[in-house]
Amino acid sequence: MINVKNLHKKFGGVEILKGISTVFETGKTNLIIGQSGSGKTVFLKSLIGLHTPENGTIEFDGRVNTEMSIDQRRQLRQELGMVFQGSALFDSQTVEENVMFPLKMFTKLSDKEMLAQANVVLKRVDLVGSNKKYIAELSGGMQKRVAIARAIVMKPKYLFCDEPNSGLDPQTAIIIDNLIQEITNEYQITTVINTHDMNSVMEIGEKIIFLKDGKKAWEGSNKEIFKTDNEAVVNFVYSSNLFKKVREAYLNETN
Amino acid sequence: MMLTQVFRKPQRSRVFREALSREIEVLGLKSLGIIAFISFFIGGVIALQTALNLNNPLIPQSLIGFAAKRSIILEFAPTFCSIILAGKVGSYITSSIGTMRVTEQIDALEVMGINSLNYLVLPKIIATLFFYPFLISLGMILGIFGGWISGTMTGIFSGVDYIEGVQMDFDPYLIMYSLIKTLIFAFIIATVPSYHGYYVKGGSLEVGKASTQSVVWTIVLIVIANYFLTQMLLT
Repeated sequence: MINVKNLHKKFGGVEILKGISTVFETGKTNLIIGQSGSGKTVFLKSLIGLHTPENGTIEFDGRVNTEMSIDQRRQLRQELGMVFQGSALFDSQTVEENVMFPLKMFTKLSDKEMLAQANVVLKRVDLVGSNKKYIAELSGGMQKRVAIARAIVMKPKYLFCDEPNSGLDPQTAIIIDNLIQEITNEYQITTVINTHDMNSVMEIGEKIIFLKDGKKAWEGSNKEIFKTDNEAVVNFVYSSNLFKKVREAYLNETN
Repeated sequence: MMLTQVFRKPQRSRVFREALSREIEVLGLKSLGIIAFISFFIGGVIALQTALNLNNPLIPQSLIGFAAKRSIILEFAPTFCSIILAGKVGSYITSSIGTMRVTEQIDALEVMGINSLNYLVLPKIIATLFFYPFLISLGMILGIFGGWISGTMTGIFSGVDYIEGVQMDFDPYLIMYSLIKTLIFAFIIATVPSYHGYYVKGGSLEVGKASTQSVVWTIVLIVIANYFLTQMLLT
């Protein structure tokens, strides 16, 4: 569980995060949604330690970020898995080398053991047979799978994904969403996903946080988002006619 | 600030050794060809120009070898070759680290708990400090050899006199001076481009600009350091 309390972040005097508090639950896919510029990426990067907040705390299963020593922070980072928007894979390495990289850095496993572990996660993300391929030889969807494999190879407690299905076709996007949700349940990890994709919201949003102008404007589940009367959320999520109709149909069905 | 992060103990010595051997290959071995080629021909040119300017019959021809040796050991090999390496290796270092920055690969390293500066920059510094003295020594040998070849092939001066001049008044301190300069220049070549690459912001265009800027700054620093080192070590 990740407990965020009153998080503030400024860049050059401009306040981007204005006191966000929320709880991300273990074993659930937690989604952060909001318009471009609402502070989603800054929030996610603050959670993983790439930005240092000016105020507020982030508690990882009782460990408060502001009270941790450098060693404890380093240890915590080994418990984090991150899937970047552009995958951020090491393009000079093969798929197998990318996945084995965290194992090489943080374990004392032999090459054979590392390879075996890498193969397990590559099989889990359905990438068997691509071990020796370079990143440039892979499609966008495959690159996302490699990024997920690299993120979970150390069996993290927390998985963060920044727009994991951006640039993917709808079918592949759903496959990636489902894969993340399955892994979350299977490994019982706390997953936080930053997304623009409304399909993801509907499909895997077990907990959704809506950010507006650096503040939490709403939170709830993918069931509750159909019923909400929060104007900002409704305008954002149901901006397309298709989703408006889906919402109407859902509300008619449940009433 | 950057260097305090760079000079930390590597997190995994095995990974560090692998990175180091990769950097020695990329930054050192792959520069052998250009350094050998340039040293040989510039050595030839230095010897020929010296010979053409020393046409007084009262001046012994061995002075050509002596002057060529001194020019090559004191200036050409350490400074000129380092400037060439600043262009070749410096732009490579900035663009490779800069690309990793803009594609979030450095962020990925940081999120994993890896000291990215130490992981990316330290092997480059060690590789250049270790390999460039060899490279520059090779430049000296090939430069002097190129001078001899130019004389014997053109017949402008005698090879025997040239060798006599090369052996004349040999001072090992000059080699030491040259290698000290090389070590300082190697450090500049590894760190300045790494700094420009690591702190680049933006996209591919900015990476290109940073590469150009890093080469310019590396050369400027080499030239300034050359002046002060010469003043400190030779006067």
